[in-house]
Amino acid sequence: MTQYDVRKIRQDFPILDEKIRGKDLVYLDNAATCQKPQAVIDSIVNLYSHDYANVHRGVHTLSVRSTDKFEGARTKVKDFINAASEKEIIFVKGATEAINLVAQTYGKANIKPGDEIIITAMEHHSNIVPWQILCEQTGAVLRVAPINLQGELIYDEFEKLLGDKTRLISVVHMSNALGTINPVKKIIAAARAKGIPVLLDGAQAVPHMTVDVRDLDCDFYAFSGHKLYGPTGVGVLYGKQALLEAMPPYQGGGDMIRKVTFEETEYNVLPYKFEAGTPEIAGVVGLGAAIDYLNAIGMDKIAAYEAELLAYATEKARQIKGLRIIGEAEHKGAILSFVLDKIHPHDIGTMLDSLGIAIRAGHHCAMPVMDFYKVPATARASFAMYNTIQEIDVLMNGIESLIEVFG
Amino acid sequence: MFDDLRDLYQEVIFDHNRNPRNFRIIENADRKVEGFNPLCGDRLTLYLQMDGDVIADASFQGSGCAISTASVSLMTEIVKGKTEEEAEELFKKFHEMTTGKDENFNLETIGKLAVLAGVREYPARVKCATLAWHTLDAAIKNEQQAISTE
Repeated sequence: MTQYDVRKIRQDFPILDEKIRGKDLVYLDNAATCQKPQAVIDSIVNLYSHDYANVHRGVHTLSVRSTDKFEGARTKVKDFINAASEKEIIFVKGATEAINLVAQTYGKANIKPGDEIIITAMEHHSNIVPWQILCEQTGAVLRVAPINLQGELIYDEFEKLLGDKTRLISVVHMSNALGTINPVKKIIAAARAKGIPVLLDGAQAVPHMTVDVRDLDCDFYAFSGHKLYGPTGVGVLYGKQALLEAMPPYQGGGDMIRKVTFEETEYNVLPYKFEAGTPEIAGVVGLGAAIDYLNAIGMDKIAAYEAELLAYATEKARQIKGLRIIGEAEHKGAILSFVLDKIHPHDIGTMLDSLGIAIRAGHHCAMPVMDFYKVPATARASFAMYNTIQEIDVLMNGIESLIEVFG
Repeated sequence: MFDDLRDLYQEVIFDHNRNPRNFRIIENADRKVEGFNPLCGDRLTLYLQMDGDVIADASFQGSGCAISTASVSLMTEIVKGKTEEEAEELFKKFHEMTTGKDENFNLETIGKLAVLAGVREYPARVKCATLAWHTLDAAIKNEQQAISTE
């Protein structure tokens, strides 16, 4: 763990000094949302204190400054995921809206009755429901590629689903409930051979690994800012320019138009065509600051450090009698989902909270995954770049103690 | 280690969680209603055998957290022999106790159920305790469809 100074990183996150019920906070709910470094908090305060006005509107100084910061953040996002152009970076509310946008624009324009859309059995509800809605609207059919007990996509079964009727594949890059990292390059290559576009839900992947959309060759990539140490209320849809150009707009309003008369409206160029209304300016600027912060540390270093955390946590968890890890994919991100014999995840969550440990207990917006494992819910500890080996020890001691109490 | 939680997880609750009472199916039950808490995945099926307007027998099946299991287990014990009206009155009281809106709520008026008063301090867990009673309420009103806490 040389060159990775987690203590210094922790000092950048003011909330990590909070006491919870008198105990040191151990924040392990990062898959739900990540905490914010001071640099992100400051970027928002600074914008509102010195540079704020509406973007793309006025000739006055503040509007220009605000627009520069806003568009500067777009360039940062473009570079962060290695998109070809700023035109391919659409700001939305979050990964959920990004997926809905594709379903309601690309989907509605291109999907016909009898067409098929493929997802996997490990998707978050946000990558299931938008397609169900689209299927209802168009008469298309949703096909679900199965997973095995380790929580891995059964690739052969997925490939069998690819057919003449397949019009779109939408797959999670890294599962929020299981931690599984899908073989997305292989999926995309297979889809490419048949001319099928692929959307990747990258909400969990972006904070944990280097994502290069051109290397992946995906057609769409969706993620949220708040899981990337940025503010809530902002997310990104990446789309290949040619696809975005051909798509109808998502919402109508200001900023997305070039010329409006009561007879007809000419839409604005990319990316503005998809950004109707005043955007989440401060959120976008904050996301830009989060990306600067991550770049200064290095995504590869973060990934390597988190891999060590996960390996340590997994090894410790395996030693606890009565603990069953849910999701043991070979290729996995820093998420440890588990259940305990005869102790409900909600009891685990409340008991750990009394020790200052924040984990998630529930279905993680992935009810089909819970059904697959025949559990009502799981407890989930999800790690971030600021977590430590010591915190994992606190978690594991807590789990062992609560098993004792429940007896 | 878990001293702060003693009010929430009393020994009676652990006992009912380990050995839930009336955990069985009543064949040919007069009333059978499902309760579901979508937030945590708690599911239970409540069975009632009626004798006129008196609850002659009550039982349940399902899975949930310790709070919800203890709550439904205690409830099936306590409502047996009560009229529908008396059971509804208890539900009202239980609701008042668990939501903590009445600061002067007298725990002595609710008997054994007082062990669940601790959830007042844990807003996220109130629904765990009340799921059983909402399901009972639906059963008394003879509503057939599954009920949900959401």
